[in-house]
Amino acid sequence: MTLPLILFYAFGAILIGSALAVVTARNSVHAALWLVLTFFTSACIWLLLHAEFLAIVLVLVYVGAVMVLFLFVVMMLDVKVAPLREGFVRHLPVGLLVAGVMLAEMLGLIGFGKLNEGGALVDAAAAQGLSNTEWLGRTLFSDYILPFEIAAVILTVAIIAAVALTLRHRPNVRSQDPSAQAAVRSQDRIRIVEIASANKETP
Amino acid sequence: MITLGHTIALGAILFCISVAGIFINRKNVITLLMAIELMLLSVNFNFVAFSSFLGDPAGQIFVFFILTVAAAEAAIGLAILVVLFRNRATINIEQLGDLKG
Repeated sequence: MTLPLILFYAFGAILIGSALAVVTARNSVHAALWLVLTFFTSACIWLLLHAEFLAIVLVLVYVGAVMVLFLFVVMMLDVKVAPLREGFVRHLPVGLLVAGVMLAEMLGLIGFGKLNEGGALVDAAAAQGLSNTEWLGRTLFSDYILPFEIAAVILTVAIIAAVALTLRHRPNVRSQDPSAQAAVRSQDRIRIVEIASANKETP
Repeated sequence: MITLGHTIALGAILFCISVAGIFINRKNVITLLMAIELMLLSVNFNFVAFSSFLGDPAGQIFVFFILTVAAAEAAIGLAILVVLFRNRATINIEQLGDLKG
């Protein structure tokens, strides 16, 4: 047992435990916090696999942005937990059965006895004298430049969609309308009204 | 020494936990979304493992794109959830059968 393998087992145990806590947590806020631990632990394991760039991106994007969004929504919605937990025990056996059979199938495909066989980690970036980030960046901005731009478009579409979905027009709120303010003319501001004088003849 | 088998076995375990999570949290949309995020993470595990053990950058670049799409999916999913809660005051899936699908 080398130090990386010991660390791998330790992080793997934390990962599995926190993933189980995510799906069984009673409170959605707790589930989100356990999910933060899951992502952080996976970032640690990716560091062990020499994927440093993705490990940092996982912490920045997932823990920093997506999970904060999750927590924000969970805390904003005033959800009553009790009715949502009704089917928990009823669906538990079938869930465990399906998951157990799937796990057995997948581990069978990998090979139960062959987990310790196979080659060592190939640090292709270090072999070329590059850091992991530079290695990925050279490939990303040469062979994968079109997918990279499409990813940017997808993010823009997601921003517009999220804003358009949650925008609401409340009729009774007094708010400024900038286009109406800019389009105003002098005739709209002042109106000259001719009033017929009732007693014009009085001195 | 960490081998490829260790890493993809961990990914498989994570995937099965999230499948079980989708089964047992049938009523709560937020937990379902979290289980889907866990599933995406387990798939990313496989990509990173194969990329690291084969010395090919394509797997890690694919993980980069998966992270992008997953962030977009989470943002739109949570926006839909907020609109749903605003209109119906519930996120219980049992009461959201309007489309009669």
